[in-house]
Amino acid sequence: MTASCALQPVIVGAGPAGVRAAEALVAHGLRPVVIDEASRAGGQIYRRPPASLAQRSAQALYGFEARRADAVHAAFDALRERIDYRPDSLVWNAHGGRLDVLHGPTRSTSGVPYGQLIVATGATDRVLPVPGWTLPGVYTLGGAQVALKFQGCAIGQRVVFMGTGPLLYLVAYQYAKAGAKVAAVLDTARLADQLAATPAMLRQPAVFAKGVYYVAWLRAHGVALHSGVRPSRVLGDATESRVDGVAWHDGREERTLACDAVGFGYALRSETQLADLLGCRFEFAPLHRAHLPVRDAAGRSSVEGVYLAGDGAGIMGADAAEWAGERAALALLADHGVAVDTARAETLERKLHKLGGFRQGLERAFPVPSDWAAHAPDELVVCRCENITAGTLRQTVSVNGADEMNRLKALSRVGMGRCQGRMCGVAAAEILAHATGLPLQQVGRLRGQAPIKPIPIQLAACEPAGDAGA
Amino acid sequence: MSSIKTLRTDVAIVGGGIVGSSAALALRQMGIGVALLERDLCGSRSSGVNFGGVRRQGRPLSQLPLAQRAHRIWGRLPSLIGTDGEYLRSGHFKIARSESDMASLERYRSQSLDFDLGLELISDARLRERCPWLGARAVGGSLCVEDGQANPRLVSPAFALAAQRAGAQVFERHAVDEVAHDGAMFMLRSGNALEVHAPVLLNCAGAWSGPIATRFDEPVPLRSGNPVMVVTEPMPHFMDWSLGVEGGGIYGRQVARGNLVLGGGAGIAVDADRTRAGSDAIATLAAQAIELLPALRHAHFIRTWSGTEGYLPDRQPVLGPSRTTPGLFHGFGFSGAGFQIGPAAGEVLAELVRDGRSSTPIGAFSIERFFAEEPTTPTPP
Ligand SMILES: Cc1cc2nc3c(=O)[nH]c(=O)nc-3n(C[C@H](O)[C@H](O)[C@H](O)COP(=O)(O)OP(=O)(O)OC[C@H]3O[C@@H](n4cnc5c(N)ncnc54)[C@H](O)[C@@H]3O)c2cc1C
Ligand SMILES: Cc1cc2nc3c(=O)[nH]c(=O)nc-3n(C[C@H](O)[C@H](O)[C@H](O)COP(=O)(O)OP(=O)(O)OC[C@H]3O[C@@H](n4cnc5c(N)ncnc54)[C@H](O)[C@@H]3O)c2cc1C
Repeated sequence: MTASCALQPVIVGAGPAGVRAAEALVAHGLRPVVIDEASRAGGQIYRRPPASLAQRSAQALYGFEARRADAVHAAFDALRERIDYRPDSLVWNAHGGRLDVLHGPTRSTSGVPYGQLIVATGATDRVLPVPGWTLPGVYTLGGAQVALKFQGCAIGQRVVFMGTGPLLYLVAYQYAKAGAKVAAVLDTARLADQLAATPAMLRQPAVFAKGVYYVAWLRAHGVALHSGVRPSRVLGDATESRVDGVAWHDGREERTLACDAVGFGYALRSETQLADLLGCRFEFAPLHRAHLPVRDAAGRSSVEGVYLAGDGAGIMGADAAEWAGERAALALLADHGVAVDTARAETLERKLHKLGGFRQGLERAFPVPSDWAAHAPDELVVCRCENITAGTLRQTVSVNGADEMNRLKALSRVGMGRCQGRMCGVAAAEILAHATGLPLQQVGRLRGQAPIKPIPIQLAACEPAGDAGA
Repeated sequence: MSSIKTLRTDVAIVGGGIVGSSAALALRQMGIGVALLERDLCGSRSSGVNFGGVRRQGRPLSQLPLAQRAHRIWGRLPSLIGTDGEYLRSGHFKIARSESDMASLERYRSQSLDFDLGLELISDARLRERCPWLGARAVGGSLCVEDGQANPRLVSPAFALAAQRAGAQVFERHAVDEVAHDGAMFMLRSGNALEVHAPVLLNCAGAWSGPIATRFDEPVPLRSGNPVMVVTEPMPHFMDWSLGVEGGGIYGRQVARGNLVLGGGAGIAVDADRTRAGSDAIATLAAQAIELLPALRHAHFIRTWSGTEGYLPDRQPVLGPSRTTPGLFHGFGFSGAGFQIGPAAGEVLAELVRDGRSSTPIGAFSIERFFAEEPTTPTPP
């Protein structure tokens, strides 16, 4: 085991991918550093409420996922003393074998050197805005779920869920189960899409059955489910200070419904900034409608020593994240001369491969509305940090000839605010592709730069200069 | 196999930064035919990512005639390129952190009197009164009221667009990878896409100009540098002046939107084209920024970046005719300060093409200076 002594692996992200990666490394005698922005391990799906909140049961928090959530949490708890765990820690920059980390509670930053790195940064909501989305009371689906899971509160008394993707029905179900009134679920996908996708989805019968169950349960409990809708706007109250309802088009006519909160989203997008800073090569992935860091079947990126696992390199879901995390760790070990169970590695790859087919089915069942950009009105705010509208973006195309994302940003300020395009980048790219008539992959992607999230200037200044490697 | 497009024109330009684009515009205004080849997007390199300082103050005296000419061009930006590019004559204040800094600012003022920069020295109580937001280390400074700032992202692409509207043939995403000269005509080739023939060639390829100069037996000690830039989240407006510090180190300005843009220190070249701000440079810059502007203590920075700029050892550009090849003119190596003078450099290049001479003195920028003691025999690269 001499090889392993020289290894200095760091894992970023303590979701299912990061936890299983850590577990595999520990099993081979290593003590990885595990850095996670959250205060408790679990990642997005198995997010744990703060220890200070009254404990709700796993069943209440995670429903069907309770067993898996328990398993991931238990795996992590068992590792706790055998890893160098750094919660509340945001990786905000990476270069030359060093990660720059901001530790929230102590408000300090430090440089963490790494020899090998597993990037398991997960995903956030894919946002395609609708007029009125900046009204108080509008949340992303993920945000609505986090409120429930993490803070134990609902986003409103009478909630509409809107958009598409498996999370749509799941969150609606979780809200209804938790006692909130779900006024309606508005799905932009058509029933026909879902039927056509059924064969592919049956590759994961258990997951498929869960989806069917949520829909059936919601229907049985009187929740109005509409598919094939086109959201037209979120309505505000008299003073435009709060959500008052939603309006949508059902193919024949415009309809409205009163509500006091909206959760919306179009599935997920990968958090790829760290991979970008690390210099990983990206390629357009049609299935994900996004440029993603390239990884081989085992999780190796294009950069030696950097491995990618979980939703951060393409949305594949929590089970896949667990397998990919373990697989990437095995690859890391094998690449550095540590003997690993190759049969296990093959099994994991086979499972991941099989899930790929299901994933295609999901995309067919819940397609991102291809006409979203065409219907986005000029006054729609695309970039809420900088208040940039769809009309401004279109004008930047027609007047200034922008035909690429970074040029669009330079000329219009889209993506130049606090989120640096993490929220608005997807929608801006859709508008740009539509306005230029170019395929989405050709309009490119926003260049990444540090910091991954905003950093207090004062803290950046405290950092010891000339730290390892840089 | 697509057949290569061939065209013939009066002037071929390599590089669509602010220098090449403004040369193209000036040439078109003289009625001269132009083809400009830019391997990326016009104004996407140094010219589009720089700090946006539009200042004459602090430049070597030899640059001031050119800077004055540029100052007049900046003054009529909207009519010239169709946008104000957020250009503001908001004042540029060069800060002194010691009495000796103050003395050298005083010296600069008296030396530059002929150029009418209108410099005003401010210190002590008046300093605190005029800029209560300034950190305690500042003891005074020199204000150039008519210097200012602009948004490079908007200005530099707009020069190229204006040139195009004026009739220049602008080829973006066309890298020049071969240049030849048969004694009378230059031939530029961009892959299998484009071949341009012209009797005149302008080398405006920024930090990448070296190979073209070398191609014509004029190797110059051009090196690339990567100034670090940091921008904060928007803050309530408190400062009009664009700031610099005597002796260098850090500079800053607050843009109309409220963000503070800060610069200083050296970044990292990831490769020949891509750059980053390293965290040590960010740390140093952040510490200096707080010292300069204590209000930043509570701000977040939201982005960092750098760019690739061409520097010559004496920090003066090469601007003028080739010493080996008739019809070739250079305009590169602006050494971290070419945004302000870029438009004037473009006009000068156009004059050189039309008249064979510049109406603004450019002697200090001659490429001859690198070959002073040598005979004019070609030197191997
Ligand atoms: C809000 C939300 C809700 C979801 N709910 C469900 C659900 O109910 N059911 C379902 O099947 N799927 C759900 N998903 C999808 C599911 O989360 C993923 O499939 C799964 O969590 C992927 O696991 P992972 O390990 O790749 O990433 P994640 O679980 O997302 O874990 C990534 C971790 O990395 C951390 N991180 C990211 N960037 C940095 C950084 N720069 N520095 C430090 N730490 C960082 C994050 O804080 C996070 O803890 C949800 C996704 C989201 C975004
Ligand atoms: C971070 C930073 C901050 C700065 N701050 C200031 C400031 O505040 N004030 C100031 O006055 N100056 C500043 N400068 C300097 C200023 O930006 C430059 O001096 C000026 O932009 C140079 O213009 P240019 O046209 O020569 O170069 P560039 O803008 O670099 O243009 C050269 C162009 O040539 C193209 N090119 C290169 N090779 C080829 C080829 N083979 N074929 C086709 N095209 C090619 C490149 O793609 C590029 O677009 C700063 C520079 C940087 C990087």
